Amino acid sequence: MTKFLNSPISRRAVLGGTAAAIGALSMPSILRAQDRSLKVGVYGGYFKDSFDANIFPDFTSATGIAVESIAEPTGEAWLVQLEQAAKAGVAPADVSMMSQVAMLKGQSTDLWAPIDTSKIRNYDDLLGQFVNKYPDGRVAGIGAVAWYITLVTNTDAYPEAPDSWAALWDPANADKLGLLALVSNSFLLEVTAKTYLGGTKALDTEEGLNKAFEKLAEVKPNVRLWYRDEAQFEQALKSGEIPMGQYYHDVTGLAAADGNPVRSTFPKEGGIQDSGCWALSRASGKVEEAHVFIDYMSQPEIQATLSRKVGTAPTLKRDLLDLTAEEFASVSSDIDPIIPRYDLYQTKSDWLNQKWTEMIVG
Amino acid sequence: MRREAPQKLTDYAPLAFPAIMLTLFFVIPFGTMIAVSFFQRQQGGFYTPAFVLSNYERFASLFFANVLGFSLMLAVLVAICCVAIGVPFTYLLTRMSRRAQIVWMVALLSVLSLSEVIIGFAWSTLFSRTAGITNLLVALGLMEKAVALSPGFPAVLTAMVYQALPYTILVLYPALVRLDPTLTEAARTLGASPLRAFFTVVVPALRATILATLIMVFIFALGSYLLPQILGRPQHWTLSVLITDQAIYQSNMPFAAAMAVFLVLVTLAMVALTLFAGRKREAAA
Repeated sequence: MTKFLNSPISRRAVLGGTAAAIGALSMPSILRAQDRSLKVGVYGGYFKDSFDANIFPDFTSATGIAVESIAEPTGEAWLVQLEQAAKAGVAPADVSMMSQVAMLKGQSTDLWAPIDTSKIRNYDDLLGQFVNKYPDGRVAGIGAVAWYITLVTNTDAYPEAPDSWAALWDPANADKLGLLALVSNSFLLEVTAKTYLGGTKALDTEEGLNKAFEKLAEVKPNVRLWYRDEAQFEQALKSGEIPMGQYYHDVTGLAAADGNPVRSTFPKEGGIQDSGCWALSRASGKVEEAHVFIDYMSQPEIQATLSRKVGTAPTLKRDLLDLTAEEFASVSSDIDPIIPRYDLYQTKSDWLNQKWTEMIVG
Repeated sequence: MRREAPQKLTDYAPLAFPAIMLTLFFVIPFGTMIAVSFFQRQQGGFYTPAFVLSNYERFASLFFANVLGFSLMLAVLVAICCVAIGVPFTYLLTRMSRRAQIVWMVALLSVLSLSEVIIGFAWSTLFSRTAGITNLLVALGLMEKAVALSPGFPAVLTAMVYQALPYTILVLYPALVRLDPTLTEAARTLGASPLRAFFTVVVPALRATILATLIMVFIFALGSYLLPQILGRPQHWTLSVLITDQAIYQSNMPFAAAMAVFLVLVTLAMVALTLFAGRKREAAA
């Protein structure tokens, strides 16, 4: 129960029903009888089901490498397991999908084997934020999946779409907002910095952070719900109980397509772009296969398939993709995204968390 | 039947199984938690074995004192509400026919089968502006327009009382069933009204049971962390909510463990105090 509620990707279950279920029925999730194989860790639930159905079988037929997909627990439990296994020289998975904060934590112990970028044909076409580098320049991970958190509204309550994150501060929206409850998953400090302080660079100093907290505290009277459980907000947004807030772009689009009076807007300051990386454990012996895998995943056709079938934003430059304007808009936007300051959640996590909790509780 | 004190070592054998289970599933995990609460937190990493007091130091602040105070107050209030509703209800229940009692008991037990999540979501719908009970009041002409009753403190309290009430009644029921009916009959013959007989005879006769029930509901309510999240505003979040945040979202196990240990200690102290006060009153009476 707890796990279900707290899983950061539980929202994906919303999508899971149709495409993945049909796919899972027709395709075996583990392919055997191949000479070469690769163990790939994927977030359990929606992502694993979708990858098993739409991506891995094609990869195996294209490269002859069998994929054994492993459901990763969310949060940092998987990082702990990889870390401890690597110390003993084993890899529970060769390649894993890792959150950005987990990537940084893994870097601190040199957990990730450096990736040889010459073996990734589309390396130069990757968007900058999807290359995760060690401080010395070695590449630790390559973007796997990305998604947006945007400004969402109930269309009955707001006939006009808001165009800026500043709408959160508008006194007219008193007691109408639903926002994520944690500093490390709402990324509202970054939103505040981009909207009012000239960019997320402003968060470099403690002074800048304090300013952002001060400005953000002004939002409090507008907030009806600080949510940890996504289903709760989604329901309230659809019914108009809580008519505005921050939520996932792709899920909101699907809800709108189902006829619910909701919309997702990319504010002019940009949507919040969160993502996961493919990273190779240093204990893995499948370095060759891992590079083939990451290379395969970073092709324009595969990125387009991911956008269409899984609903993730592409990691490559848009002009390489054959996505129609509509398909692209359903997963991404040309507006420069707000990229979370993951480094802060590694170096200042306790301070930020304490200050955040005191701000919203106090 | 005469009871004999155990003579040989084998006489203790039936105790072995519960003892092993208790050690395995309570003593060891609890011991681990105490140990972890003294470990060193690695920010941006995990924790390393050590003996530091920093986790307890961080907890010793006005902010956490307030959260702890609120959690205790909420649990006490839930306990009092449950007993205030549960005692008269169970008393009346025991006076009903056997058949009616069974129906009531089945209904109450079915509430126990609901998870905290379902209870939380059901109440948040009932308290909503768009689909909640205020719409009924509007239809009846009692209210002007529908309003949202959640999030708020009354919403949290209502749902928590709803969740704990079946336990309260189940604990009270055996004691009330066994209550000698001649006690109230005597009171009535001596001229007491039913209400007066209830308060001057039934309630005092059940003092120990009521105290035990209060303590049980208090402890039960103290652990609640979903209902305050679903139905409350951040100022209604209990210490358990913050413990979950630390353990699951911040991977700060040492701090989460320190808070949990502290919560257990405070709970034990409150229970001891209540029992002590109860005994003293009894001695004075």
